[in-house]
Amino acid sequence: MLWFSLLVLIPLTAVIVTASGNGWVEFWRAVTNEQTAAAIQLTVGTAFLVTLVNIVMGTMIAWVLVRDERFFGKRALEVLIDIPFALPTIVAGLVLLSLYGPDSPLGVNIANTRVAVFLAFLFVTLPFVVRTVQPVLTELDREAEEAAASLGASRFTIFRRIILPSLTPAIAAGAALSFARGVSEYGSLVLLSGNLPMRTEVTSVRILSSIENDNLESAAAVAAVLLAISFVVIVAVDVIQRRVVRRG
Amino acid sequence: MNRIRATVALALVGTLALSACGGGDGATGNATTLSIVGFAVPEAANKAIIAAWNKTDEGKGVRFQSSYGASGDQSRAVVAGLKADYVHFSVSSDVTRLVDAGLVDQIWDDGPNRGIVSSSVVVLAVREGNPKNIQGWDDLIKPGIKIVTPNPASSGAARWNALAAWGHISANGGTDAQAEEFLTKLFGNVVSLPGSGRDATTAFLGGTGDVLLAYENEAILATQSGEKLNWVVPATTILIENPGAILKNADPKAKPWLDFVLSPGGQRQFALKGFRPIIDGIDTSGIEGARDPSDPFPTPQKLLTVDKDFESWSALSKKFFDEKTGIIVKIIAASGKA
Repeated sequence: MLWFSLLVLIPLTAVIVTASGNGWVEFWRAVTNEQTAAAIQLTVGTAFLVTLVNIVMGTMIAWVLVRDERFFGKRALEVLIDIPFALPTIVAGLVLLSLYGPDSPLGVNIANTRVAVFLAFLFVTLPFVVRTVQPVLTELDREAEEAAASLGASRFTIFRRIILPSLTPAIAAGAALSFARGVSEYGSLVLLSGNLPMRTEVTSVRILSSIENDNLESAAAVAAVLLAISFVVIVAVDVIQRRVVRRG
Repeated sequence: MNRIRATVALALVGTLALSACGGGDGATGNATTLSIVGFAVPEAANKAIIAAWNKTDEGKGVRFQSSYGASGDQSRAVVAGLKADYVHFSVSSDVTRLVDAGLVDQIWDDGPNRGIVSSSVVVLAVREGNPKNIQGWDDLIKPGIKIVTPNPASSGAARWNALAAWGHISANGGTDAQAEEFLTKLFGNVVSLPGSGRDATTAFLGGTGDVLLAYENEAILATQSGEKLNWVVPATTILIENPGAILKNADPKAKPWLDFVLSPGGQRQFALKGFRPIIDGIDTSGIEGARDPSDPFPTPQKLLTVDKDFESWSALSKKFFDEKTGIIVKIIAASGKA
């Protein structure tokens, strides 16, 4: 608990204290500033969409990694999956810029659009769901599935009633991580997104602008809002997860 | 008993080893280490100046520890306790922050150089061969021109770019309203607002946009390192003046170091890396990467300065870049809604 306090609780408290340093009126003004509100909306909205995609794709990738014995590139995929996580984010940004920017060898140019933000989030959050689901799937007892099949359950029913309930806690944990990471992302998208106000500017860039103007209170206020949103989402994910498990 | 003896022996050996180290340092004359904290751009130039200074009697044997990063971040780090003997920032307000914190003397900018150690001008960098035929500020607001500039809201250094654009109108007989209109059109053509000058250059070299608002020294340095780009010095531009200062509790060697930076020897090294010398009579031959080696630093028709045309940094920061009421901050926010 002491360890946790030193690392997490004290810095978080400092953010909240700084945020309230100028009183409620200023706090409210900082977070409802048109440009900031647009940035928060974009960041949270995109992180949410990205998390939905990750829940589906991440589970599928984990499935392929664990269950598909014939899949040829399995070993390679197993190693490659962590690269977005291991890469310094600014390097990831450079890679994305050269692949999907104006000089794209693929002929795809999404630079300075909201798609760029979505893509950058997707890139850095890919491993989360995969890595949380994979070990659970490996440990999963296949006898229950076989028993269900022998009793005449369809493959879909087996997936829904047997497999999904055991995977749900892992998927939920991965989703929460992926959402939180997306909300705070900065490095990988600064080069590709263009930081255009009201359009592609994300919240972390707004926070940075406030710090550059020596307005720590406003920076902390925006950070506190992000914290609150992340907290609500993580709790919500947990609640949903419990429901699904109970019904399963 | 044996253990005690062993401990004593060990301590003796340790002491000997330590004194041997000390002796080594003493032999080279002195063991001064100066800490430089600076913004990212002049890193290469400062390295060259250190090498030149180390060859002089005064600077012989002085070692340096340096830290480079975004100007504002570096300034805040020094306030927060990062050790520094000499600071070199992009804008004066970053030194003023240290004055306010009691780390730099009030009179840091009283010398003949007014606290400035390096300078450059804002230029318009374009693609090789200048396919869009950009010749000056007015070409930037033509429809379809895509501009990249660091974000003046988040990058203190990018404010020079916005001021140069403003000056193009205000210094040529335009009113504030006309300048505002010009900047609104200009930011309407901006396709990317990266957080720092470095990020903007990277985005531009990565293919984004037709024009990059940049510093002349950055353009020269990029050309030196093999990047392919051209640039135009617009008829009206602003003199970028980067301040340098020594801290109150700096090592005594910091003063001769600053003197050397300001001397012809130091300014020559700056020139070689693309900075405009702050004193006359510096040899500007042999500057690699310059557009025209015989005239590496062409004189623009009208060269604005902060003191002459914008009063002072604190005045202009409030007028243009205040988070809530700054004219340029508002223009940028409005550009997103167009």
